[in-house]
Amino acid sequence: MNPVNYLYLAALLFTIGAAGVLIRRNAIVVFMCVELMLNACNLAFVAFSRMHGNLDGQIIAFFTMVVAAAEVVVGLAIIVSVFRSRHSASVDDASLMKL
Amino acid sequence: MNTLAASLTSTGEAVQFWILGTIAVIGALCTILMRRAVHSALCLAGTMIVLAVFYLANGAYFLGIVQIVVYTGAIMMLFLFVVMLVGVTAADSLTETIKGQRWWAAACGLGFGILLIAGIGNASLTTFTGLGVANAGGNVEGLAALIFTKYVFAFEITGALLITASIGAMVLTHRERTERALTQREMSEKRVRSKHLPPLPAPGVYARHNAVDIAGLLPDGSASELTVSKTLKDRGQIRDVSGEAIADLKALEQRSSERLGRADRLGREDREDREEGVTK
Repeated sequence: MNPVNYLYLAALLFTIGAAGVLIRRNAIVVFMCVELMLNACNLAFVAFSRMHGNLDGQIIAFFTMVVAAAEVVVGLAIIVSVFRSRHSASVDDASLMKL
Repeated sequence: MNTLAASLTSTGEAVQFWILGTIAVIGALCTILMRRAVHSALCLAGTMIVLAVFYLANGAYFLGIVQIVVYTGAIMMLFLFVVMLVGVTAADSLTETIKGQRWWAAACGLGFGILLIAGIGNASLTTFTGLGVANAGGNVEGLAALIFTKYVFAFEITGALLITASIGAMVLTHRERTERALTQREMSEKRVRSKHLPPLPAPGVYARHNAVDIAGLLPDGSASELTVSKTLKDRGQIRDVSGEAIADLKALEQRSSERLGRADRLGREDREDREEGVTK
């Protein structure tokens, strides 16, 4: 097996995550799909790091993880505050600025 | 791992890849197809654990452990926590606000995936170097050497980002008090003016059980409304034991009368009375 298969798997997971972001309505699930996409990118970075024989890819994946953690904290806080005011976590209901 | 460029990994890794890769894809599909957010979160946690194994297999030992600790440990728990806060039972609605959105989204995803995978297939990636040299002094040491030299500014900015994110979360979820909190004196005065001066009765005060879902009984045997929490009442999770004491008493009376043979004697007296009535 060639490690390029890891890239195919990463592409597949990224695609599934992107489709999930488009399909799902629940903001929490949409967020989980974004996390899935970030994880797929991390897998690609790690696979590239192995293919090229240096650790820069792993460093980038590490920074991606940190950014993802920060993003989750803020995003979930936004979801909780939207839920408090709208009593719903659906992305369709958050249409306060609509005419 | 050898230092020269290789084109194939070990058979063991190939077997591991095909088995765990299937699990990862199934987990990802379940994440987007499960209707309940809790199920989605659990499927995603499974996918993340599989990805951690892949990191370990790819020589990223530090990242593999961090993936388990940070993603499945912290981030997924945060997700589950918010799901519990928002409501576990809230399933996604199946009504479409935009007509045909689901099919268009699936078609877009399919097209995107085909483009991405075809792009990777076009690249000539027949050989790979492997991390044997880079990991020679240890994976963590190698990462640390890079983070604290080449990427030190990115690392410090990351620290600033984390602090900003934690403060942002606090600001977003903080609720400003709209009115002044009552002082102890005001609360005691309010209580004296209210109808109920003593503390609220605890569940099951006069009952023979003290579970929270059993209403306390008033001296006349009826259930007290005040003793059960409003949430339990709304869910209909109250057990009424007011009839139990009377039923127990009845059973006791029956047992004692059976033991004393009173029922038998009473029956005989009845019969004697009737016979007397007939003779008279």
